This record gives sequence, C-alpha cells and structure tokens, in this order.
Amino acid sequence: MQQETTYNYRIVRQFSIMTVVWGVVGMLVGVIIAAQLMFPDLTYGISWLSYGRLRPLHTNAVIFAFGGSALFATSYYVVQRTCHTRLFSDKLAAFTFWGWQAVIVLAAVTLPLGITTSKEYAELEWPIDVLITLVWVAYAVVFFGTLVKRRVSHIYVANWFFGAFILTVALLHLVNSAAIPVSFWKSYSAYAGVQDAMVQWWYGHNAVGFFLTAGFLGIMYYFVPKQAERPVFSYRLSVVHFWALIFTYMWAGPHHLHYTALPDWAQSIGMVFSLILLAPSWGGMINGIMTLSGAWHKLRTDPILKFLIVSLSFYGMSTFEGPMMSIKTVNSLSHYTDWTIGHVHSGALGWVAFISIGALYYMIPRLFGKTQMYSVRLITTHFWIATLGVVLYIAAMWIAGVMQGLMWRAVNPDGTLTYTFVESVKATFPFYTIRLLGGLMFFSGMLIMVYNVWKTVVGAKAVDAPVVSPAAAHA
Amino acid sequence: MSDFTNDFWNWYISVITVVSILACAVFLWKLTTRKLAPGEKPGTMGHVWDEDLQEFNNPLPNWWRWLFYITIVFSLGYLALYPGLGSFDGTLKWSSTGQYEKEMAAAEDNFGPLFAKYAAMDIREVAADPAARRIGENLYLNYCAQCHASDARGSRGFPNLADNAWQYGGEPETIKATLLNGRNGIMPPMAAALPGEGVKDVAHYVMSLSGMTHDNLRKTRGAELFQTNCAVCHGADGTGNKMLGAPNLTDDAWLYGRGESTIIETITQGRNGVMPAWGEFLGDDKVHILSAYVWSLSNQ
Repeated sequence: MQQETTYNYRIVRQFSIMTVVWGVVGMLVGVIIAAQLMFPDLTYGISWLSYGRLRPLHTNAVIFAFGGSALFATSYYVVQRTCHTRLFSDKLAAFTFWGWQAVIVLAAVTLPLGITTSKEYAELEWPIDVLITLVWVAYAVVFFGTLVKRRVSHIYVANWFFGAFILTVALLHLVNSAAIPVSFWKSYSAYAGVQDAMVQWWYGHNAVGFFLTAGFLGIMYYFVPKQAERPVFSYRLSVVHFWALIFTYMWAGPHHLHYTALPDWAQSIGMVFSLILLAPSWGGMINGIMTLSGAWHKLRTDPILKFLIVSLSFYGMSTFEGPMMSIKTVNSLSHYTDWTIGHVHSGALGWVAFISIGALYYMIPRLFGKTQMYSVRLITTHFWIATLGVVLYIAAMWIAGVMQGLMWRAVNPDGTLTYTFVESVKATFPFYTIRLLGGLMFFSGMLIMVYNVWKTVVGAKAVDAPVVSPAAAHA
Repeated sequence: MSDFTNDFWNWYISVITVVSILACAVFLWKLTTRKLAPGEKPGTMGHVWDEDLQEFNNPLPNWWRWLFYITIVFSLGYLALYPGLGSFDGTLKWSSTGQYEKEMAAAEDNFGPLFAKYAAMDIREVAADPAARRIGENLYLNYCAQCHASDARGSRGFPNLADNAWQYGGEPETIKATLLNGRNGIMPPMAAALPGEGVKDVAHYVMSLSGMTHDNLRKTRGAELFQTNCAVCHGADGTGNKMLGAPNLTDDAWLYGRGESTIIETITQGRNGVMPAWGEFLGDDKVHILSAYVWSLSNQ
C-alpha cells in the first residue's frame, strides 16, 4: 500500500520523453517530404524513402506517435491528480506504454516497406490494428478504472474530454479498420465503393475531432488554469460546448467527399453539421482564453502560457476555417489544393503541437522533482521560432492553395483550360520553399526542446509526488 | 433516382437530422442562465481539484450563443432549399448532377459554335489556322503531355509525335482514329519461339536493319529466324505494318530504346502499348482540332 500514497509518474515520464522523441522524428520526416516536393529526386529514387511511403509515415508519426504519446502522458497525469488517486493499474499502464511504442515501431517499419491498407490515417495493416485494439482497451480500463476509484465526487472537466476521446477512438478504430485479411500483411476493407469512402471519412474527420481535438481540449482544461493559476472561465460553457462538440463532430465527415459519388443528401448533412460545429468548437477556445482574464500580464513573461494561449488562437482559427471550407462553394475551390494542407497544419502545428509542448514544459520539471525547466529563456526562443514557423507554413499554403484552385478552374475564351496541371506545380514552387523554411523553423524549435529537456532530466531524480488528499485541498 | 432502397430510410434520415439540429437549439436554450447583474462577480462552483483547480460559473457569452443559433437557423434553411433530408429534393431542386449538366450545357452554348466551325473544316485546314492551333496546343498540354511530353517528343514506351515515324500512320484521318478509339499495341513475347541463341541472333539482325553495330554471324542466323517468326507483322524487309501498328525496324526511331540489351528484352518479354480512347471524354469536335495539332507537329 506504500505505492498507493504516490502518483504513478513513471508512466507519465516514459510517455513524456517519447512525445519529444517522436515529435522530432515525425517532424523530421515532414521536413524531408516537404523538400521532396521541391526536389523530387532528393532520396535517389529509393522506394522505401519515396514521397508516397514517407507521407503516411509522417502523418502517423505526428498524429499517433507524437500526439498519441502526448495524450497518454497528459491524461495519465491529469486523471491521477484530479481524481486524487494513483492509476487503477500500474501493470496495464505499462502495457499501454510498451504496446503503443511497439505499434509505432511497426508503423515505422511497415509503411516505408509499402505495407498499407491505403486508408488515410488508418494505413496500418490488420495485425497492427489488432495490437492497437488491445492497447486501447487497456488504456480505457486504466483511465476509467482510475475515474471509478476517484476520491472526489465531481469529475473534472478535462477528464470528460479524455474519456470521450478514448471511447470514440475505440469505436472509430474498430469500425473503420474492419477488414478481411488475405495474408499476414494484406487485407481488404470490409466496405466497398462509396460506402468505404464514407466510413473512411467518418473515421478521418472524427480522428481530427476526437483524437486531435477532444483529447487536446482535455490537456487544455488542465494545463491552462494550472499555469494561469486562475479558475476555469465558465463551468456552464464547458458543459454546453462539450456535449455539442462530441454530438456534432460525428456528422461532419461527408464534407471530405463534396462533389463525389457520395449522394447529395449526405454531402448536405455533412456540410450543415460542420457549420453548426463552429460554435461548439469556439466554446473551448473561449473557455481557455477567458480563463486568463484577470491575469493577462502573465502572458508577457511566461513562455509556457504563451504556448498554451497561442495554441488556443490557432485552434480558434482553424475551427473557423474548417466550417468555411466545408461550404460546398468554398470547397469546390479549396479541395485537393494545398489550402487543405495549410488548414491541417494550422491545427496540427499551431494547436496540437503547441498545447502539447506547453503541457510538457509544465509537466517535465515536476516529474523530475524540479520547479521549472533548465532554461526558461530557451522555452521563449522555442516559442518564437515555432510561432514564426507555423505562420510561414500556413500563409504559404493558403496562398499556394487559392492560387492552385484558381489556376485549375481558369478557362480561356475558347473554352480550353488556361493552365496545365504542371504549370500550377511550377507556380507553387516558391511557396514550397517558404513552407520548407517554416517547417525547418518548427523542427529547429523541437531540437531546442530536446536540449532543454535533456539538461532538465539528466542527473535529476525521478520523483513520484505524494497523492494529494482531497480533504486537504478543500481546507 | 432515389438513393434509398425503401421509404423507411428516407424517413430515418430526415427525422434524425431534423431532431438532432433542433435538439442542439433546445439544449442551448435550456442551459442558458441569466446574465450577471452589473458589477456582479461570477461565483465558483465550489469544487476544488488538485490543490487549486476551480471553475467560475460565468453565463454563456451572448455573442457565442447567437453564433450557435445562427448556424442552426442557417442549417434548417439550407436543408429546406437543398437536398439533404432523405429523398426530399429541396425547394430549389438543385442537384450536383443538375449543376454539372447545366454548366456543361452553358459551355456547349458558349464554345460549341467555335468548335463546330473547325469540325466542318478539313484537318489540314484546321492545322493552318492559328486560333485552332492554340486550342489544339492547350488540349495537347492538358491531355497528352503527361505521356507524350510537353515538347511532344515522347518518352520510353510513348511515341515521339514530332518526328515522322508513325506506328499506325501519320495521315490526319488516321491520327484522328487513333485519338478517338485508342490503340492497343501488342508485341508478343518470343522467347519460347526462339530457343537457345535465337533471341540474340534475331536482335542482331534487327540491329543490322538500322545500321547499328552488330555481329555478322548472328545477323545471318537471325535473318532466317526473322523471316519465319517476325516478318508476319514487321514485314519481310522489316519496314513494319501500319495496319497492325507493327513498328518499322529499319529507321532509327525506337519506342522502348535502342541497343542490344533493350532489343533482346523486347523480343524476350514482348511489349504492351496502350493509347487510351479519347472520343467519349473529349468528343469528336475537340479530337478533330487535337488531331490537326498533332499532325502539324511533323508537317509544318
């Protein structure tokens, strides 16, 4: 029972460190494929390193390895601390760590080998899918088990979001990955044709909604009030936007299939629910940013708070952009262009990565018995280089995307197309350069983080904090 | 045509969608609390987690609530105007197929007469018309350049259109037939028919036809094998057969590349060349102008 008096920080430390490692790996692959778009022969035609194979490696590495590890680390940290109890099971938690790392390594091997289901963000073949399922069930048991043995009656809002994320991702993964194996490394989807496409984008958009949004809102709801040392702005708002968000996200998938074989009615419903999603999404942004009211001055001096609050600005921006892009008329211009790439990265870099980085800078010193990182100045440097990087990246992709959309639809007076496809590629080249520069800046920020984390962690003693008694908290 | 196999699904979709949207509005309405009085401070919920985590209970921001309501009203309006509720077409009777057909019809009205004018002219005349040439070039760059390259000099497996070597013939009408209906060029694999050194011997004979350096002994042996195995398509003198698309082997135009090893590969494994049919996609009028442009590349 001695153990029961401390939080399980070991698992949080493991996932936190791997978040940084996978962040560097995933973003490095991103930088390589960004360069490949400028110099197609960059990797000497080696098939394992070709764009088509590295691109899914990049998306899987940043979403599931970097983002996933960040979610495991923070949710384990938050659920213990806000339930005032140690994790439900240390052994199962350890299994989720080693299992999830195994999934990542398997992905890093199979994807370059060309082993893929070809479903975006669900490329991993069925044996890996089975492993993911096992890990996820263990995760759910640990998380909800901890909630059950909580020592406070009310469940803190961050846990609602983590819980919704865990349950929904389980559902999404099981339904979309349903497949008929024909060999150990080859399977066919259980669905065919447009049904397959619809299931895929029901999954794809909810991977954004629940993995990359709900989960990270869970991070936001703990670390923003903690770092700002202010109460959350509105409990009422958190209730309304939580239920509205998880309810409406489920419907939005069809906007990925505008002007395709998907029936018109399904496209329309996807579009209107994407628009309804605007306010519920912004509820999270408002609640986060307004939490800072009365403490705005802290933003000037505290780089961790800068990361957290700027992440919310990017979140607000991309959740405004998303509904706009779901409008059919806008979509007919933006679809298939680099605008989509810009949109995704304002979410992935600006929101997901920023909030994770902020949370890590908060947690890591505490996990190693310190009060702050080795260098606060380096956090500030990281913040500025990363911010500039994101801004360059998304501005370049906006311009490139709108330009491509306009070039593709331009028609001569004789009815022929004004530009060939390759002309639009040529015109995009300067923007690819700016994007690569932005990506390199963001990547450099991660290297600064590695150094800072290294200096903080090496030689430090791993400390498991004692469980805080809720009674004492109320006193 | 309805997307639904029976009326149940039509109602299923419609009812769930409308109820869900209205439920959002009702939920928002029910959970709205009174505004704070001027000067009133929001209270906390009275819960504390993890030493200092608390929650104020500020009311929902008004502008945010209105934003939410506006999107709901817009959605209901949109679903009244456009298809969305099951098999209900929407009062505007819009459909993506309808939009496509309308845009295509408008384009036909706009550009149809111009293309019809050229369609009535002889391909040679069209080729001499600068405006038609520009149209042809644009069509070429969009639909043909991917394989035949933007300078029309082709690439491995894709014929050079700017020289005078034609597999199926370079007459304007033949070019048009090629574009309309496509071609399937098949060179069968000959390894089984040419055992031992046969393939290599034939290769040397073929090399001799266009004056490449070759082995004389092999050439002599290959010449006999050529007559029994290859001449049916490529002709006794190796000049090819345009009816079959069998290439002329005596010129220096090589679809898959020159040199001993490539020719041996071609004879051993055979080749499959596919020119897709463009008639259905582009229509006769555009293919007419495109044919003139392609013909002009080697007849300027």
